[in-house]
Amino acid sequence: MNNLAVFVVLVPLLTGLALLFIRKYPSLHKGLSLIGALLMVMIAVPILDTVYREGMLVLALGGWSPPFGIVFAIDLFSAVMILLSSILSLAGILFSVETIEEEKTAAGYYIVWQFLITGINGTFATGDLVNLFVFFEIMLMASYTLLSIGGGKAQLRETFKYLIINVLSSSLLLVAIGCLYAVIGSTNMADIAAKAAQVENQGILTVTAMVFLVVFGTKAAAFPLFFWLPKVHTVAASAVSCIFSGLLIKVGAYALIRMFTLIFIRDIGITHTVICVMAIASMFLGAIGAVSEMNYKSILAYHSVSQIGYVLAGLGLFTVTGLAGSIYFIFHHGIIKGCLFLTAGVTEKITGTKKLKEMGGLMGQYPILAWTFFLAALSLAGVPPLSGFFAKLQVVIAAAEISSYWMMGLSIAAGILTLFSMIKIFLYVFWGKAKREYTPKEGFVFSRAVVPCFLLIAISLAMGVLAEPAVAVCVKAAEQLMTPDYYIQSVLGTA
Amino acid sequence: MEILSALLIGILFASGIYMILSRRLMRIVFGLNLLSNGTLQFIMTSGKLQRGEAPILDGITEMATAYADPIPQAITLTAIIVNFAATAFCLVLAYRTFQETGSDDVADLLGKEEDSE
Repeated sequence: MNNLAVFVVLVPLLTGLALLFIRKYPSLHKGLSLIGALLMVMIAVPILDTVYREGMLVLALGGWSPPFGIVFAIDLFSAVMILLSSILSLAGILFSVETIEEEKTAAGYYIVWQFLITGINGTFATGDLVNLFVFFEIMLMASYTLLSIGGGKAQLRETFKYLIINVLSSSLLLVAIGCLYAVIGSTNMADIAAKAAQVENQGILTVTAMVFLVVFGTKAAAFPLFFWLPKVHTVAASAVSCIFSGLLIKVGAYALIRMFTLIFIRDIGITHTVICVMAIASMFLGAIGAVSEMNYKSILAYHSVSQIGYVLAGLGLFTVTGLAGSIYFIFHHGIIKGCLFLTAGVTEKITGTKKLKEMGGLMGQYPILAWTFFLAALSLAGVPPLSGFFAKLQVVIAAAEISSYWMMGLSIAAGILTLFSMIKIFLYVFWGKAKREYTPKEGFVFSRAVVPCFLLIAISLAMGVLAEPAVAVCVKAAEQLMTPDYYIQSVLGTA
Repeated sequence: MEILSALLIGILFASGIYMILSRRLMRIVFGLNLLSNGTLQFIMTSGKLQRGEAPILDGITEMATAYADPIPQAITLTAIIVNFAATAFCLVLAYRTFQETGSDDVADLLGKEEDSE
């Protein structure tokens, strides 16, 4: 049964390899990728179910028992993340099928997509730091390619910037792993966590923690390391944006939560306070950045920065409720931001622009699109009974529980700014009279392109309506995170 | 030996960052390479620089007492491969940018054209 763990990497990897073999027949790519993505969802669900009922899935690869070999360790948090990545990958591929040009398909768009998912799932599944680095690199390499495929000048420029920032932060990640290895002498996360308590000079661990914070903060696009994100989104294809904002930055958030609940938990006065400050700054500056922008996708991208703030807030508060809020928030935001970027993609295909001022009055012709966007926007802003409300509620409750009233107040205030800029998009794009005739790009079928948007918004609605069981899963995942001994015992006990 | 190594790491990092801050794409790529090499050296040093037997159990008698730590070497090898791929991609990207713009100066890349999907 434990072998389930390896499928999260194998399925996208094998799909990617199979696609590589039929590279000359791009017409087959779409179908095969869809099958691969569906299969991944069908595996993610039983994994979540198994982990929820029976506890952690631990698989010592090649029979080398931890801490010597590489382990795949999937706890409830990882399982939730894997489910998120499978759903978003499916939605993204569904959308790509409708919107991605034939040249890009021939250039290997779907192949790289599968490798991207391989890297992301691997990061969620692995229990070894060096392995984490390797999966990170697989993911990044695929993301550079996805970003630059079929690129014009602007796309190449942004890819180059994105690449430099990521190569830099990967170097720092290696430095951080090296530091940890020099101090503790292991790369297995559970082993490191078990031995971290005996380190005499705890100060050096705190320093290492800060390096990790910079590295994963960059990947998660938290303040003050978010500057690469908004520009990247304006040049990426919408389906790629959906994965970038929905998943890639969540991988950074995932790694932060993993590191700062498992290993760096002995000096929370420093580390988690820094995280709290970063969280508040991200929430506000992200939302303010969004208010100032007039480009559809930049606004959404700045919101990702803002929402990552909430995720970090839950981590910074460092309570079960807070972490449950973070986990719920990651899932909710992945789904909703994916949906928003896909609606942005549909809008762009219809109007041929990303500038808000050149749109208007889409509501008349495309009421379904308008209401889908409206629901997603309200969910992002946190209006009940949509998922965003419960996500924010969890974080606010967590702040109230430990009497952190400033965090509570500020996180509610940032929500109002979110609502404001979402209403701005709605007013400019959908409300009012159409200024001109919109002629969708040739070969664009509106009714098929909105299907993935519906899929995602339905999940958000379901998460809102069924908030109780959804929160219960998150609370259980958070309880596992808050008892690092559980992780350590599960991994090291399998020998 | 560790001090020398630390100095080398410092020099590699400093010169790498200096190169990254320059305006030519090629220099930036070389800067990234220098930086990555500094990182590799860092990892090698993190496992203590020492010589000795191979860290293999002979199955019967005692374990090797003086041996070079194999794990940093394994990590370094992995990192070399990753760097190799990243550098290759960097070079291709720089070349494509050069083809597209006719220049490898960062200043010539500026501009606000947006629709490139």
